[in-house]
Amino acid sequence: MAFKTSVQKYSGSIYNLELGTGENTLALGGQNVFPFYSFDGDTGSGTKIGLEILDVYPENWVKGLKELYGSVVGNTVEWAKYVEEKFAPDFICLRFEGADPNGLNKSFEECATLAKEVANAVKLPLVIAGTQNYEKDLKLFEKVAQELEGKNVLLLSAVEDNYKNVAAAGVTAYKHKVAAESSVDINLAKQLNILINQLEVKNENIVMNVGTAPVGYGFEYVASTIDRIRLAALGQNDKTLQMPIITPVAFDTWDVKESASTEEDSPEWGCQEERGIAMEVSTAASVIAVGSDAVVLRHPRSAETIRALVNNLK
Amino acid sequence: MAMSGLDIYKLTPKTNCKECGFPTCMAFAMKVAAGGVEISKCSHMSDDAMAKLSESTAPLMKIVTFGKGEAECKLGGETVLFRHEKTFVNRNRFAVLLSDAMSQEQIDAKIANMKNVDYVRIGEEMKAEIAALQYVGNKDAYLALINKVKASGLKVAYMLVCADVSVLKDALELVKDELPIVFGANSNNYQEMVALVKELKLPLGLKAPSLSELYDLVENVQKLDYKELLLDISNASAREAFTNAVQIRRTALKEQDRTFGYPSVVFVNELAKGDKFMEVALASLFTMKYGSLIVMDDMDYTRALPLFGLRQNIYTDPQKPMRVEPEFYPINNPGDNSPVLITVDFALTYFVVSGEVERSKVPAWMGIPDAGGYSVLTAWAAGKFSGSVIAKFIKESGIESKTKCRKLIIPGKVAVLKGDIQDSLPDWEVIIGPDEAMHLPKFLRTMEGIN
Ligand code: B12
Ligand code: SF4
Repeated sequence: MAFKTSVQKYSGSIYNLELGTGENTLALGGQNVFPFYSFDGDTGSGTKIGLEILDVYPENWVKGLKELYGSVVGNTVEWAKYVEEKFAPDFICLRFEGADPNGLNKSFEECATLAKEVANAVKLPLVIAGTQNYEKDLKLFEKVAQELEGKNVLLLSAVEDNYKNVAAAGVTAYKHKVAAESSVDINLAKQLNILINQLEVKNENIVMNVGTAPVGYGFEYVASTIDRIRLAALGQNDKTLQMPIITPVAFDTWDVKESASTEEDSPEWGCQEERGIAMEVSTAASVIAVGSDAVVLRHPRSAETIRALVNNLK
Repeated sequence: MAMSGLDIYKLTPKTNCKECGFPTCMAFAMKVAAGGVEISKCSHMSDDAMAKLSESTAPLMKIVTFGKGEAECKLGGETVLFRHEKTFVNRNRFAVLLSDAMSQEQIDAKIANMKNVDYVRIGEEMKAEIAALQYVGNKDAYLALINKVKASGLKVAYMLVCADVSVLKDALELVKDELPIVFGANSNNYQEMVALVKELKLPLGLKAPSLSELYDLVENVQKLDYKELLLDISNASAREAFTNAVQIRRTALKEQDRTFGYPSVVFVNELAKGDKFMEVALASLFTMKYGSLIVMDDMDYTRALPLFGLRQNIYTDPQKPMRVEPEFYPINNPGDNSPVLITVDFALTYFVVSGEVERSKVPAWMGIPDAGGYSVLTAWAAGKFSGSVIAKFIKESGIESKTKCRKLIIPGKVAVLKGDIQDSLPDWEVIIGPDEAMHLPKFLRTMEGIN
């Protein structure tokens, strides 16, 4: 017998979605196969990589990274420009850490103004991340969406408790895209998508954020959830699960001990910055391997590595 | 190919004697096909029929074993393409590559890292389990390298990466007792290679320039009646390697073609071309998708911490969450003045938190109520780690007679529970701990009024 390539055809495919405007428009989705399975069919737009920036000085970020950015991190607009010019990611994720009610609790107006300044200063599409406090995010996203009308950004994320306002303001009123965030469970993901659909928001305007965990910390649940979502979307042609997936990897890989423990605390582990990059790279590569279409990363070295990885696999 | 119930029925004596416990041979055959009963339950099958059956009921992917004693490893034996369908069984293993072209300093540094990176995470030993010893052209240096690793005290399995049969003969003299992998059979040397390993049943690594040539090579080796095999998937590019990994596993499990029913070997060190982070990225990719033996350039903590954590996650059984018994656990020999910490019964959480309390050297009681085996926030969100669950546990567990200290430290992530617990336990002082366990040592050491 001779070897015959094993081909798996699926009836479903992932929706095409676009972020941003003009020549820097970013496409997500479009595939009808598992990631990098080009022997099966169309791999779509491929994996997109975003870099995280904050509305405040990144106090808790690892020293080497603060040094790498130098003085630009003191000014979010300059920071965004620098990231665009120097590292050319596919998108920039502007995260409003300073709006957190348990922190600086910045006002909605202040945040929205900053978002607008950043959006006007860069050409790359923006992903706007909130505080993970659903009440605050509700208003924050409404205001930011209004200020950024026409910029076609992604609001990360709407959750069960605030999706009505976030999706209605973000998508219906101001024509942005919304990320539907659920907690590592296929049924919850599906349910939230359906609820958002019921607001007359079409699938082409929704991205899923199905939860994230660093490798070693419950990552298997994330992996199996995405596997199951993709099998349902492609294999069973389940329209309520055919949105592209975004994973904000950076939001927790830098907090676990492997990344956060200093060299004084764990001398045997070696360079803290390298450990942080490795945790971020490993989590990103793994979540891309199961099907995440976009990842938010913190360290430019991680972004460079993941970019090379996906290019090598194309 | 798998046999249908009808195929199996044709092999039975068709006498319906019922000795197997089934009313008819047909009923029995159907059950065998469904995997519900062993064929050996029928004692009337001919030898010929048995041979045919054992061939087709053998697992689709072979388990390959190598390494001696403590260093023994098993690879393969997988039955599903996605872990949620059942579980992944034999975790992938990591090898570090050493060669006769490396300087003594390079070799020493890699051996030192392999020794240094050896720790326990949730009850499992984490280390590079294999020394991959590559022959590049200097036979004396190669044999010296083997002796050096043997003398180093490393408890690892060996993999001889060499396509030169005469060199291998001498190399094997040095390590055959360690039951090494012999890697490097190709379409030119496979006959000699099989002859070399057959007696000891050592796993043989096969290498070919393309997937279809690899397939032919496996068939040729199988014709020599040898089935202890590992398949190299590396080839020229990451893209090809990934395609090969998926195609090999799929051919075995989905197409049920045992020609590719063997574990894979991937030389991530070569694909990453010296870029450490690329090596981490590729090793993660192949841990997720179908790499069985992953060869690395080195194993330091930067690589180990994510990779071993990932592997441990992916190879847990999705049907059985890892839990610890709800109970009070003494840490650092606590006495009747030691404080109480509360966490959940998820094994990972317990492991992380108890490790930090140990590191603090502060004697403490660690209380674990039944929280459904979930992490702190998951259990809280599921209603299994509430103020009343914790208060009830404190009252009923007998801890109040073990320690006079009335300080109760709760995880920072569930700070909202403080009020509830305090109301139910007025004698206790409920203290909100840090969000992350790594801050516990400092927190405990600087806490007033304990010990
Ligand atoms: C894996 C996971 C699951 C798995 C369960 C895994 C398990 N065995 O627990 C599954 C998929 C089953 C699951 C289910 C749910 N989940 Co869940 N899950 C996660 C996930 C991704 C990782 C959890 C994990 O393993 N963490 C690692 C462990 C080690 O963390 P930990 O226990 O908190 O311990 C740390 C600290 O708390 C601290 N610590 C621990 N103990 C102590 C003690 C003391 C004294 C101190 C000081 C410190 C301390 O140290 C540890 C390390 O630093 C998180 C998101 C995330 N990235 O964290 C969501 C998350 C916890 N889940 C969430 C939710 C809502 C749920 C569900 C309720 C969803 C639903 N509606 O069905 C269900 C609940 C279960 C049920 N069936 O009812 C939410 C909780 C939201 C919130 N803030 O309350 C989260 C945060 C996701 C999110 N962002 O929405 N989940
Ligand atoms: S024991 Fe064998 S021969 Fe007898 S009924 Fe069962 S299958 Fe048929």
